[in-house]
Amino acid sequence: MSKLKQLMNTSFAIPLLLISQLSMAAGGDLGQTERQATNWHAIIMFVVFVGITLFITKWAASRTKSAADFYAAGGGITGFQNGLAIAGDYMSAASFLGISALVFAKGYDGLLFSIGFLVGWPIILFMMAERLRNLGKYTFADVTAFRFTQGPIRSMAAINTLVVVLFYLIAQMVGAGQLIKLLFGLDYVYALVIVGVLMILYVLFGGMLATTWVQIIKAVMLLAGATFMALAVLSNFNFSFDAMFTKAVEVYGQVHHTDGHSIMAPSPIKDQLFLGFNVPGWVDSVSFGMALMFGTAGLPHILMRFFTVGNAKEARKSVLYATGFIGYFYILTFVIGFGAIIYVTQNPQYLDAVKMLATGKLALRGGNNMAAIHLADAVGGDLFLGFISAVAFATILAVVSGLTLSGASAVSHDIYANVIAKGRTTDEQEIRVSKMATLALGVAAVLLGIIFEKQNVAFMVGLAFAVAASSNFPVLIMSMFWKNMTTRGAVIGGLVGLVSSVILIVLTKSMWVDTFHMGKEAIVPFKNPAMFSMILSFVCCWFFSVTDNSSSAKEEREKFEEQYIRSMTGIGAEKAAKH
Amino acid sequence: MQNDIARRVRAHPKFAELVAKQSRLSWTLTIIQLVIYFGFTILIAVSPGFFKESYSGGTTTMGIPVGIAVIVAAFILSAIYVWKANSEFDELNSQIIDEVTK
Repeated sequence: MSKLKQLMNTSFAIPLLLISQLSMAAGGDLGQTERQATNWHAIIMFVVFVGITLFITKWAASRTKSAADFYAAGGGITGFQNGLAIAGDYMSAASFLGISALVFAKGYDGLLFSIGFLVGWPIILFMMAERLRNLGKYTFADVTAFRFTQGPIRSMAAINTLVVVLFYLIAQMVGAGQLIKLLFGLDYVYALVIVGVLMILYVLFGGMLATTWVQIIKAVMLLAGATFMALAVLSNFNFSFDAMFTKAVEVYGQVHHTDGHSIMAPSPIKDQLFLGFNVPGWVDSVSFGMALMFGTAGLPHILMRFFTVGNAKEARKSVLYATGFIGYFYILTFVIGFGAIIYVTQNPQYLDAVKMLATGKLALRGGNNMAAIHLADAVGGDLFLGFISAVAFATILAVVSGLTLSGASAVSHDIYANVIAKGRTTDEQEIRVSKMATLALGVAAVLLGIIFEKQNVAFMVGLAFAVAASSNFPVLIMSMFWKNMTTRGAVIGGLVGLVSSVILIVLTKSMWVDTFHMGKEAIVPFKNPAMFSMILSFVCCWFFSVTDNSSSAKEEREKFEEQYIRSMTGIGAEKAAKH
Repeated sequence: MQNDIARRVRAHPKFAELVAKQSRLSWTLTIIQLVIYFGFTILIAVSPGFFKESYSGGTTTMGIPVGIAVIVAAFILSAIYVWKANSEFDELNSQIIDEVTK
């Protein structure tokens, strides 16, 4: 009995507050949620949203004819629209609920996640955005494979894309199912099927154009809803942050029986023991920061968005707008988290009395990730709660659609068109393969979501970011900036980054101890070991390139100049399709 | 044909100017961004006391304005880059393209 209770404690408290920090922020382990009564406001608003998006999909379908339309919305998206769509692609439901829940639980520490997720964007802008636009067509592999042997580079890029997309997708689907079960009172399996079917419809018929507009609408809804909540909280304190913080510190101290001032500063960081060496605490923080920063710059569904705009100028603008929207959103989630401390923790309506009695800790109905949802009810009543629930659902749809499109493009454009057919294929053929891949990915996402329902999927988002930072990012940067890179260096560097990041992640606490139960101590003591795998990948890219004296390597180095000129000037770049 | 244009771009003095200006700005801003973010991250680990200090006497700690400043700085650096690149660099670039494709 006591063992059962212990098990329950660990399965609720620890995954939600400690281990799944990253996933809560970016992806989606929402824990096991209980089913709630059917929420009609939410359902009506959601049905309206679905109606509008399906109408847009129908319109988009009539304009989606060529492969360029399907993958890149014909290159006709403006910088402002793309900025909103990038924000809509990046701000997942779990990042809204997860970061505000983290602020709710630990205060300042939540802000550290927000900052980590934001600072990758300027790097994308300064180093990558315009070069991606000038060199690429539909997938980031177009850029890495520009002057190299197509087969190996594209196969590697496609594998990386599918790894990142699948792990990210599973995390989103499991999170989505839990969230929808809770918000709408729908059964988990139905919830997944609805998400799967809608996502397939958007991507299959509307391609990138419909996906873009779903992301734009969702971004506007999410920003509007979060703005309302933050203003509603601040208005109770005459818009004084200091007054709000003072109240939150007081309430937090009372509820948690501690010094509430702990929420106003980062938690202390401890040194780690790794392979017998004492590693200072900042190493872990920096490694984690690198996973967030450079992982963002290697996410395939994000990189793909740069091919939807007409030229380098619009590509740059879209990053600036996206950075603005995302940064603003993260500041809002910080206020929302503090608002939840003040208005949610003391209202018995939002508390899970049974769990609190069992654990002696603060517990919210539906799990502590529901802080922002309960706050919506506290500040805006039933109707606003319905709106925020619909926004959360819309958010999931927008993110999974972008992921699916990106995975399908890797299969059709990289593997089918360029590796198997070696470029000898038609637009129709390529789109057909892409649509089959979309269908397969959609079905796989639903099935995997069902298989992983009861699993802690927290590590999957960490894994996606680590792979993106350790494999996609080094190869992309080196191929764009370093003349002496060769196919051999790129392929070995990319594969070493992929394999080492996966192995290292498996050895961290969230997988080794909490998911696989292989022991009490993790072999790798870091939150995210991306720093090591990323450096290793860069070193391998370098070493296996400089030692490559083949004749093809010589040709590849000679082609750098042409690539560089095109990346700088846009001469020869893909043009926006005319409609 | 394509190669011929590439050769002419390469030889164009304005292309050297564009490359020099673009890389100077993008590397400078990248380094500033890396120093800000990783400086912030390391500061939290080595000097946590600083973040607990009160900002202007109230409950608000130094950590709050510093954290918000990191977010705002990311946006400002981006804005500087877009402003320079979309005016000066693009202008230079279109001059190069006009002159080599004449």
